[in-house]
Amino acid sequence: MIDTNVYLERWPFRRLTADDSEQLVATLKALGITQAWAGSFDGLFHRDIGGVNERLSQKCRESDDGFLIPFGTVNPTLPDWEDDLRRIDEEFQMPGIRLHPAYHGYMLDDSRFAELLRFANDRSLAVQLVVGMEDERTQHTLHRIPSVDLSPLKAVLKEVGGTQIMILNAFRSVSVAQAVELTLDTSIHFDIAMLEGIAGAGKLIESLPAERIVFGTHAPLFYPDSAILKLIESGLPEAILLKLKAENAANWLANR
Amino acid sequence: MNHPLHAKFGIWDLHCHLLGIPGRTPEEKMAGLLEIADRHQIERLCLFFSSTWAKNPTADELRTDNDYVIQAMSHWSDRVLGFCYVSPEHVEASLDEVERCVVNGPMVGIKLWVAQRADAGELDAIIDKASKAKAVIFQHTWFKQDGTQTPGESTPLHLAALARRFPDTHFICGHAGGQWELGIRAIRGLPNVSVELAGSDPTAGFTEMAVRELGASRVIFGSDAAGRSFASQLAKVYGAAISDSDRQAIFRDNLRTLVLGTGKIKA
Ligand SMILES: [Zn+2]
Repeated sequence: MIDTNVYLERWPFRRLTADDSEQLVATLKALGITQAWAGSFDGLFHRDIGGVNERLSQKCRESDDGFLIPFGTVNPTLPDWEDDLRRIDEEFQMPGIRLHPAYHGYMLDDSRFAELLRFANDRSLAVQLVVGMEDERTQHTLHRIPSVDLSPLKAVLKEVGGTQIMILNAFRSVSVAQAVELTLDTSIHFDIAMLEGIAGAGKLIESLPAERIVFGTHAPLFYPDSAILKLIESGLPEAILLKLKAENAANWLANR
Repeated sequence: MNHPLHAKFGIWDLHCHLLGIPGRTPEEKMAGLLEIADRHQIERLCLFFSSTWAKNPTADELRTDNDYVIQAMSHWSDRVLGFCYVSPEHVEASLDEVERCVVNGPMVGIKLWVAQRADAGELDAIIDKASKAKAVIFQHTWFKQDGTQTPGESTPLHLAALARRFPDTHFICGHAGGQWELGIRAIRGLPNVSVELAGSDPTAGFTEMAVRELGASRVIFGSDAAGRSFASQLAKVYGAAISDSDRQAIFRDNLRTLVLGTGKIKA
């Protein structure tokens, strides 16, 4: 099982049971997860992104048999972000990047976003885009971050062409109808970490092609058990389960 | 596929609605909800208002909803526990509904939602009646950071004010206030208040803090299905770094003790 949505380092507003990377790996393995794609909480708040990515790379290398796969941070509002992207590719040899537009303060119609996607394409880096980290109703008073507005995304992808993109934590703010619209004429994938509603994954594949849905826990901010139990709850046939658990994520990364 | 702790615990769910479940009749929806609950081996579940999302239900809407829930429960009296929908905006009608549905009917508790805040004086007569009937008393609470709190929506502080007026009555603080770090603190000093875990994201640390600050005996599992999945809410108990005996207390035993106290079910 491939978990497309985990984080290393510390969430600033509370300590989490598995915010130590060894503990995180042990927790995920106990649930049957065999690979986890890791971003860095530090990447949301720090400006020394080179240091953030170096630590992420190091911790992923230290994890057993390549269990943790690093997805580097790029913040296109910082000077010389292009070199962070170069290092992610050439020095750290990461397969992809994870973007947090709301935390870094840009909209998707910002020309720097299109530029960033072009650079990522040139280097065959896969792109994860995070809509939000937590329920807006529960955010710290000093930390009021809106969800990312995805409405400009299709136009940007059309202009840039060919980006392999995955949307994480979409379903708090993105409706199923909007998600369906986003998948038409694109290769956009979605993870299920913030999908809600009873038997929600079953309901989702009635509208969205099963090939576009991937497993993601949002651990350690969320209890990772949640995403596992969602698959159980949805009563999906084995062939669909296999796609959601690993096949779709593996194909998505291979096709970058 | 199964969760490593699957079937290790008896599970009762404090908080379900039929709203959002497909089906033409309450019975069809109930069957649909139970079929999915079975995938997690949930033994029993409590049913809250299930026919209306009205924030300020009329007396007629309260009665109609209670009829709806009683109808939904009727085929599954061994698995489904009904909660009577009441509102401090309709005190007389609410007292009649407690008499009809709890004292003389099959329901085990009352549900208070967002019609008026829990510290409103109008609630006293309803709480007095429910308390004498030994009904389980549930109040929805949220601390909303983003400005979406509705005028009648209680925070745990409003419930705390009510619970101070009725020190011998037990109250359940629904959702633990959503922002659970605040909600748990708001009711911490009141031993007659428990928190329920339902209806928020499965944010790690919630259950651990509740157990540390309140003791496991004051923490109750609920899902808020069908709007929420069972999955994300079960994860709060399965995934927490707590003992298996605490897990069992939270998943079933604390709620069972309250429901046994109503005399409506047998041990
Ligand atoms: Zn509810």
